Amino acid sequence: MVSTLTRAREAAATVVDPELPMLTLADLGVLRDVAVTDGTVVVDITPTYSGCPAMATMRDDLVRTLREQGFADVQVRVALSPAWTSDWISERGRAALADAGISPPGPARRDGPVLLALAPARRVLRCPRCASDAVELISEFGSTACKALYRCRACLEPFDHVKEI
Amino acid sequence: MINDAELLGNDAHWAFGTDFEDPLAGVDTTVPAGLDPAELARYCLMLGDDALVLSQRLSEWCSRAPDLEVDIALANIALDLLGQARLLLARAAAADPSAVPVLPEGSPVPAEDALAFFRDAGHFRNVVLAEAPNGDFAETVTRLLMFSTWRLAEFERLATHPDAVLAAVAVKGRKELAYHRDFAARWFLTLARGTQESRRRVLNALDALWPLWAELDAPAEAEGVLEQVFAASQVDRPESVPAATRGRDGVHTDALTELLADMQSVARQHPRGLW
Repeated sequence: MVSTLTRAREAAATVVDPELPMLTLADLGVLRDVAVTDGTVVVDITPTYSGCPAMATMRDDLVRTLREQGFADVQVRVALSPAWTSDWISERGRAALADAGISPPGPARRDGPVLLALAPARRVLRCPRCASDAVELISEFGSTACKALYRCRACLEPFDHVKEI
Repeated sequence: MINDAELLGNDAHWAFGTDFEDPLAGVDTTVPAGLDPAELARYCLMLGDDALVLSQRLSEWCSRAPDLEVDIALANIALDLLGQARLLLARAAAADPSAVPVLPEGSPVPAEDALAFFRDAGHFRNVVLAEAPNGDFAETVTRLLMFSTWRLAEFERLATHPDAVLAAVAVKGRKELAYHRDFAARWFLTLARGTQESRRRVLNALDALWPLWAELDAPAEAEGVLEQVFAASQVDRPESVPAATRGRDGVHTDALTELLADMQSVARQHPRGLW
């Protein structure tokens, strides 16, 4: 028989990100922990960015999904540390992003003093539509806090790139 | 007018429900031994107010920026700062509940909103640099360069603060601030080495804002970063006399009063409102 904890984990792992619905919260690395304490399911999630406006929706979606699976008491907590990094996006998540026309992030920089970058970051990436590497950065700030905006010089389509952070 | 009381307890009216207004939900906010809770709260309030006020300023650009990409960038930066402000104000409130303005009985306004919307200018602890009007795009970029360079250096230092909550906010925030600083530095460089007109404007902006730098009491690393940007931009470090601003003591310019009048008006009209 499947344990309560396993069922709770499996249920929580099906919840998708409200802004990147091709990714589950688990794929995104936002779902940090699921525990069952005295019958209460305690879920820890971490924001991608400090101002991530999707946290409330994620909370509501987790609570609703777990309730539908028969868990009456659900508590969603914020985990601030360690801070989210784009390195936590799973391989499956990266593939799902690319399938949806969003370029997945490269490796994030390691900790240490943050150096000034007067020239835009040079990322090695490909257009998720035509796979050309002739791409150019339009802006480091895109449709959500976690994305930069690129354009493909081959097929001329603009596309989002999940920023390394 | 909406009757607030009728809506209490009925989450169906609200897309996001009504009770996820605590950005520190489930976070252990016990103040570690050896730290004075009131002092920690004051410090978090300063850093939170800096972010809140500049966030509000930057959001004034929304739909008015020189181009769409800049518009989106400034809105994104404002959002990051607003997120930092929420965490820091919530941290201040948890450390020292007596710092939170008292609202009418039954008000559902969370502590960080009470701090944001129900304090007058004299109780804000932000530096005056954060409240200065946006001016033109050159002034906005120059202020953002000064602010994010200083704040990033400050957050690097705070990453090892004994209060785990403040340290976590700093570790997260510095990743965001690195993007803000790079954005501002690149635009500063672009304007300074662009046309005669763009250079004239950025030099004017620097002259006007530089007296406010002293109040930040910036660490040497921040000075070093600005030197790099100035050198690449072929701009001399200004020598203007520091202004004797005391935003940290609640002494502000009229610009803050006007900003708050706008930002706080709806919340104050509906102290029992649910948002």
